[in-house]
Amino acid sequence: MSTSTTGTPATPLLAVRNLTKHFPIRTGLLQRVTGAVKAVDGVSFDVQPGETLALVGESGCGKTTTGRAILRLIEPTSGTVRFDGTDVLALRGETLRRMRRRMQIIFQDPYGSLNPRMTVGAAIKEGLIVHGLAEGSEADRRVVTLLDEVGLRPEYASRYPHEFSGGQRQRIGIARALAVEPSFIVCDEPVSALDVSVQAQVVNLLCDLQRDRGLSYLFIAHDLAVVAHMADRVAVMYLGRIVELAPRRTIFRTPLMPYTQALLSAVPVPDPTVKRQRILLAGDPPSPANPPSGCVFHPRCPNPLKDAECTRVVPPLEEKSPGHFVACIKQPLLHLSSNAP
Amino acid sequence: MTATDAPLLEVQALQIAFPTSGGGTMASVARAVDGVSFTVARGETVCLVGESGCGKSLTALSLLRLVPSPGRIESGSRIMFDGSDMLTLDDERLRAIRGQHMAMIFQEPMTALNPVLTVGSQIAEVLRVHTTLSRQETWTRTVDMLTHVGIADAAARAKQYPHELSGGMRQRVMIAMALIMSPKLVIADEPTTALDVTIQAQILELLRHLRERTGMALLLITHDLGVVAEMASRVIVMYAGRVVEEANVVDLFAAPRHPYTEGLLAAIPKLGQEEDRLQTIAGSVPPPDALPSGCTFRDRCPYAFDRCATEEPALLQVGSAHRARCHLVEEPARREAPRA
Repeated sequence: MSTSTTGTPATPLLAVRNLTKHFPIRTGLLQRVTGAVKAVDGVSFDVQPGETLALVGESGCGKTTTGRAILRLIEPTSGTVRFDGTDVLALRGETLRRMRRRMQIIFQDPYGSLNPRMTVGAAIKEGLIVHGLAEGSEADRRVVTLLDEVGLRPEYASRYPHEFSGGQRQRIGIARALAVEPSFIVCDEPVSALDVSVQAQVVNLLCDLQRDRGLSYLFIAHDLAVVAHMADRVAVMYLGRIVELAPRRTIFRTPLMPYTQALLSAVPVPDPTVKRQRILLAGDPPSPANPPSGCVFHPRCPNPLKDAECTRVVPPLEEKSPGHFVACIKQPLLHLSSNAP
Repeated sequence: MTATDAPLLEVQALQIAFPTSGGGTMASVARAVDGVSFTVARGETVCLVGESGCGKSLTALSLLRLVPSPGRIESGSRIMFDGSDMLTLDDERLRAIRGQHMAMIFQEPMTALNPVLTVGSQIAEVLRVHTTLSRQETWTRTVDMLTHVGIADAAARAKQYPHELSGGMRQRVMIAMALIMSPKLVIADEPTTALDVTIQAQILELLRHLRERTGMALLLITHDLGVVAEMASRVIVMYAGRVVEEANVVDLFAAPRHPYTEGLLAAIPKLGQEEDRLQTIAGSVPPPDALPSGCTFRDRCPYAFDRCATEEPALLQVGSAHRARCHLVEEPARREAPRA
């Protein structure tokens, strides 16, 4: 839907540049730092107001770390994060706390992220009180409105998390995030733990809330089919880097990076009459503690154009057509090879 | 497909009950699996699908008599496997079947494998239990099997511990362990759910290839309809402990006859279709101790009418090998007017 690109003149709500997060590896008796796991290694993107940017990739690609580093739930090693013009990484103490009101997160496991000893109402109210938005009966009224907005009954406010199903808990997690009236929400695999029939309900709820409240989402997911319904633009991550970024249609119809092509072809199609050409990748993703030289994808890359250059040159994320960014030195500049390997 | 004689596996009226703590008496039980019947022919791939809590995993576990306590298989249930009545076998004969003729692949290889034994010794253990091979032969067969499931440098890998392997490789080890005795039936309970899509594609390809090569039958338990479409020849859909629909895979996807199957198929996000709104099924699965009267799906069914509340539908024939547990089969006109 959105035609925004990383280079639009409009001011993005969120601008991430060269974000890195390296976790030190300590070994030996003295626990000396002997290396680093490059969980996120130079990631840049924008999120426009009202936009959903999906961050997709397989386990260990750094998508969750990216989401948390932006919110400073994990301190990034380097890079910049600007939110609505403010340098998030420079904030301290009270100013950081105030910024957090505007940037919220919904977790994958709504059970693990809700305090089991707190009623649902208290959990939702906590943010209101901490940020001084409402208290007393006004806070209670807001809780009822929020529960209604996420499709839960008002009397649920006095119940505890264990009394709810997975889908209901995820709705509670959403209500909790919405309580402080954020403009940006990191959705970290919000529907991965849910059954299909419930998953669809939560996806639709997130879409409705975005429309009604003008929210921006960073939607972290491994399920490409869900992303196809949610996202305006999609960024594909592999081993700590963004390897392709494009509007939704483009990424699903004319993916250029061989990894994206393989990832899309690996998704099982719920139609027994379709027999697809599948790109089977050999082996597992390498360890981010010891990433391959050059293009991080080269050891598994099925592209017949692959050569020694790929093992030397780190491919930059280049704009191959308007809004379509690809990190591959072996791809043509235009969509000439949509049926490429 | 070539079912000239009896099916390899025949489950009849399977009922698994758990005592519930409600009330003072021990009388109340929750039926997590209630009256499940199905068959698996030799060499066939059957998928058992459904959402969490529908009883699909319990059904799978019951085939090897692994139902966790305090759950128990109720009398009247019958499981016939290759001529043996699984529910009356003594322990010794049960052990002879487990692992040798019927084997299981679990969802989480990290918890199913023993962390303090090398993967090679865990596979070799199956051979030690079921064969009289020498140590040397056992080891050779183990390494061969690891090679067959696509593990490079199998001799070295066999000496590693589960934590040293990736998730995909651990699942390959589980498959090697299940297949080493060339069983007639392999039960795979969500074998790829914990894996990434590219690794899932590798494992499904491997299972398909091994099935073709060995002629084993595969009972695949999954919640993923994409996996079903790719793997199954026949599909059994479960809901709230019951089989609600059964059909060959093409018929099921082309013309689902139970509203639950219909809703599930409509609710899955699909890659090719980019419409913004997903179809949903209202509400959620009821717990086994609080099922509605009549049809267990009626609370969530867009077509439900008065008869659905009073009478539980039978599994009705809708085609030669297609059955659905729904009154609409007998009253198709009711489908025309979904309630608001």
